[in-house]
Amino acid sequence: MAPIPQPTSAMQPVLRALRLPQFGLGAKLAALILAVIVLLTLLAGWIAPHDPLAMNPMVRLQGSQPGHPLGTDNFGRDIFSRVLIGGQLSLIIGIATAVVAVTLGLVIGLVAGFFRTADAIIMRAMDALMAIPSILLAIALVALNGPSVGSVIAAITIPEIPRVVRLVRAVILSAREEPYVEAAIALGTPMRKILVRHLVPNTTAPLIVQGTYILASAILTEAILSFLGAGVSTETPTWGNIMAEGRQFFRIKPELILYPGIALSLCILSINLLGDAARDMLDPRLKKRAG
Amino acid sequence: MRFKTGTFDAAEVVLTVRDLSVTLPETPGNPAVLKSIDVTIRAGETVCLVGESGSGKSVTSLAVMGLLPQALRVAGGSIHLQGRDLLALSRAQMRDLRAARVAMIFQEPMTALNPVLRVGDQIMEVMELHTQLSAAERRRRAIAIMEQVHLPDVDRIFRSYPHQLSGGQRQRIMIAMALVLEPALLIADEPTTALDVTTQRQILSLIDELQQKHGTAVLFITHDMGVVAEIADTVYVMKQGEIVEHGAVESLLRAPKADYTQKLLRAVPSLAPRPARAMGGDPVLRVEGLNKVYGGGGLFRKLPVAHAAKDVTFALSRGRTLGIVGESGSGKSTVARCIMRLIEPSSGRIMLDGADIAPLSRAALRPHRRKLQVVFQDPMRSLNPRWTVGESLIEGPLNYGTPRREAMAEAARLMGVVGLPEDALRRYPHQFSGGQRQRIAIARAVMMRPDVLVADEAVSALDVSVQAQVLDLLDQLQRDLGIAIVFITHDLRVAAQICDEVIVMQRGAVVEHGPAGQVLAAPAHPYTRALIEAAPGRAWDFQNFREMPEVIHAEPA
Repeated sequence: MAPIPQPTSAMQPVLRALRLPQFGLGAKLAALILAVIVLLTLLAGWIAPHDPLAMNPMVRLQGSQPGHPLGTDNFGRDIFSRVLIGGQLSLIIGIATAVVAVTLGLVIGLVAGFFRTADAIIMRAMDALMAIPSILLAIALVALNGPSVGSVIAAITIPEIPRVVRLVRAVILSAREEPYVEAAIALGTPMRKILVRHLVPNTTAPLIVQGTYILASAILTEAILSFLGAGVSTETPTWGNIMAEGRQFFRIKPELILYPGIALSLCILSINLLGDAARDMLDPRLKKRAG
Repeated sequence: MRFKTGTFDAAEVVLTVRDLSVTLPETPGNPAVLKSIDVTIRAGETVCLVGESGSGKSVTSLAVMGLLPQALRVAGGSIHLQGRDLLALSRAQMRDLRAARVAMIFQEPMTALNPVLRVGDQIMEVMELHTQLSAAERRRRAIAIMEQVHLPDVDRIFRSYPHQLSGGQRQRIMIAMALVLEPALLIADEPTTALDVTTQRQILSLIDELQQKHGTAVLFITHDMGVVAEIADTVYVMKQGEIVEHGAVESLLRAPKADYTQKLLRAVPSLAPRPARAMGGDPVLRVEGLNKVYGGGGLFRKLPVAHAAKDVTFALSRGRTLGIVGESGSGKSTVARCIMRLIEPSSGRIMLDGADIAPLSRAALRPHRRKLQVVFQDPMRSLNPRWTVGESLIEGPLNYGTPRREAMAEAARLMGVVGLPEDALRRYPHQFSGGQRQRIAIARAVMMRPDVLVADEAVSALDVSVQAQVLDLLDQLQRDLGIAIVFITHDLRVAAQICDEVIVMQRGAVVEHGPAGQVLAAPAHPYTRALIEAAPGRAWDFQNFREMPEVIHAEPA
């Protein structure tokens, strides 16, 4: 018998993944950067020295100076404050997209994986959804409903759902063949309970990994949509909006695009690094194959 | 029983392993995997390494091949092949030596062969890497070696992919690849474990024949004492990284010195059927004309039909055991799964305690489920790894409304019955060995107080000594609770040990059915006879270190 009785549970691999000392140096750095970005944007209301929307024609297109650490834009608005506040919406859209896509994908994937009759129909519908480019969908939604956060979240979420569905379905399809599931059937366990208690926990680890990738790609897509003018209304600062507006004065003042661009890149890079680290932790086989 | 009785004192020494130690350097405590072992093999000799899982037999072979996993390191000792020190060789020198001087065949030929290359090309590749032969000469030699391993229709097989061949044919290809360069040493790591007994017999005699022809030294790794009795000249018994005993096969089987060897031999189930028990009363399970058919549908034309089970009929009373034996693909597991209603039978009746459960819907079946429980082959996968043992045990009773506290108390009591400590209930499956896990799986089935227990290859994944304990446990539970057991197995020895009645299946059909004593001792059907004849070491009574008192007659009664 094993000498060390160690506590294990469905959440154990997750807890293990979140215990930072087991991460590599890159992932630790990424966690630190992400924590700083999230903290700054969360506290933006207090930290930001100026109202991000307040124009001040007297100090247009200034460089770094006291009171405006990153300078001002063509309307004299404080870039530092705008980048901080802009991060809020970017992160909210990213997180909302990841949560909605993973939740809906999990439910649909479970149905497809467990009920053979529904499988073919659901998966063909998912194939169709997957064929819709999110940018085209966003333009259509914005054209119909006007620019709003809801439209942007919907436009990014819908094409992500099929990916989650496929993942969940694949996990369920292989897990349902496990002898312990058959043993549960023999023990008279109702189907609903088998689904929730035996099968769903298998999807936790892959969904966490998939969730971080969706989070990163949603933040990026939101920026692209805003940049193209198909996203959130231009009055609301997001990283994408700020860059879009800075386009016109890019030649005389590259910082307009540089600072939100750096924030966006660092944020996505650190999320992706954390996702990779979580994947290595939860599925050591992939790590070996890659290395 | 005729043993191989060659003496090899005069023959050239091919392999000497001296004082070899292998450790796990990165694990705390630096545990030893091999503890200074010595092995000598001479030309033409077959040395069997036997031992249970984890004894270090495969590590020994990998060390000789220079293929130790990265986590392992040779800590001391030497390995000499025909006088050359293998541990001193560079990677490139070792690569040249492999296949040319020392070759290896594995347990699973499907994964050892490359699935996307034709098998003929794979044999030729060995020569391409190690010789300067012309393409035409390579092809000629490949065909010649394929003929030597008795492959039929060599030209067709030469152009075949591995998946187009049977398991036995694939293993023949592996042997051809291993021997095409006439190595001095052939290492065979459980080469017949994945094969059916009749195929195993052919492969064993093939290895023997080629060894005679080429004078190859063979290091044969196995856990099967029957195989040892058939093919070994010399036997090394391993336990936890040490060689506990070695000697000529006959003297080792007749007069084992080490306690461990004796224990290992005593655990080998005898092929002689156990004494028949009194007939039971009314049958608790009656299967009538059970059929399972795959295919046959098709939208525009009828697809070919495959009969996985054909007209299976039997009856089983309380307290008795029915064995269903057969090779892979015989339909024995199909029958078990139909009875459990894990798959839907195509036709037939399954009378459980007087009620026909075959046509019942899922909901209507529920009250009957608890009377019918199952134990699967793989104890790693039959328990949910995320649940504590206690949760797994009480799952069934909770489904039928037993209060949690009551179910837990019963689970704790059953832990005692199956010989595990009560605190096992709070642990997780991965903290137990395979045998312990199988006990837990049995306890889970018994929690439901079933009338019928279906054991699908329930001891096949276990080492012999553990196998014996689990069989004893089943026997005891059967005596105490009067459970009827349907025991599915490919192993005639196991069947002989615990069955009252035996059904022999071949290609979905029952070919013989009768009391175990009659079917196993005086088989009527040619297929049953072939199965029994193929059982390795059948003429030897391992438990008593002597010949079978009366050799099982394969001739028609």
